Amino acid sequence: MSEEPRKIAFICSKGNLDMVYPALVMGWAALGNGIDVTIFFTFWGLDMINKARVDHLEIPPIANTSMKMNMMGVPGYIGIPQIMGIIPGMTAFASALMKKKMKGLEVPTVREYLEMLVDAGANLYACKMSVDMFDLKKEDFVDGVKDIVTAGDFMDMTEGAQIVFI
Amino acid sequence: MATKKIAGVDVQVNEEGFLTNPAEWNKEIAVELAKEEGIELTDAHWKVIEFCRSAAAVKGAAPTLRSITNGSGVSTKDLFALFPKGPAKKVAKISGLGKPEGCV
Repeated sequence: MSEEPRKIAFICSKGNLDMVYPALVMGWAALGNGIDVTIFFTFWGLDMINKARVDHLEIPPIANTSMKMNMMGVPGYIGIPQIMGIIPGMTAFASALMKKKMKGLEVPTVREYLEMLVDAGANLYACKMSVDMFDLKKEDFVDGVKDIVTAGDFMDMTEGAQIVFI
Repeated sequence: MATKKIAGVDVQVNEEGFLTNPAEWNKEIAVELAKEEGIELTDAHWKVIEFCRSAAAVKGAAPTLRSITNGSGVSTKDLFALFPKGPAKKVAKISGLGKPEGCV
């Protein structure tokens, strides 16, 4: 093993339920393997660390061509008619379904995952430009978010890291 | 597959040094394997190791980090402090088990 530990940095830019898990899963795996982890939350990704939003992340069936009705127990790969996606409650329905599936697999919630990552030593930062744009403050974020930093700060702190944009 | 002498016993190990037969493991071997990782085993470490051994005996595979924290009562913070720099592999290795199967 080399002297300098491997470093990995994730940029989380999405708040849809299916797009928030990759960094959490890979970040946790990285920490378990002794890799240094930094996560930078920007744009919609701020929903992941926003106390008011983190427990209410959703996945919309609209324009999601991979979401088929087999999730609801319909055999085969029959699509969900897009026109049904506009019915009020469809996004909530799809989100509840996905959360139930994940709970069944003992996948932690986003809030719990973030706590695990912080306890395991991950460094979480919020993007200054996005924070200003959404009128947020450090107090709006879950515990463990270290600071609000600029893109330049992020570049400095991730020197030598492998960067994954999500 | 290679044979390695650990704590005076010949055991089967894979290319990463993990014991391939959990039944060949004993506490002296754990102490030696921990030393290789730079860890001096304390009661807190043994609590984790014993949990992993019994979990693996039931499930047939090393538990994931989350199942260790959920099942043994050792917090994530403590687990990462006890086995620094990559507890996932270290815990499994010292416990004489294969790598944990599962992502969480």
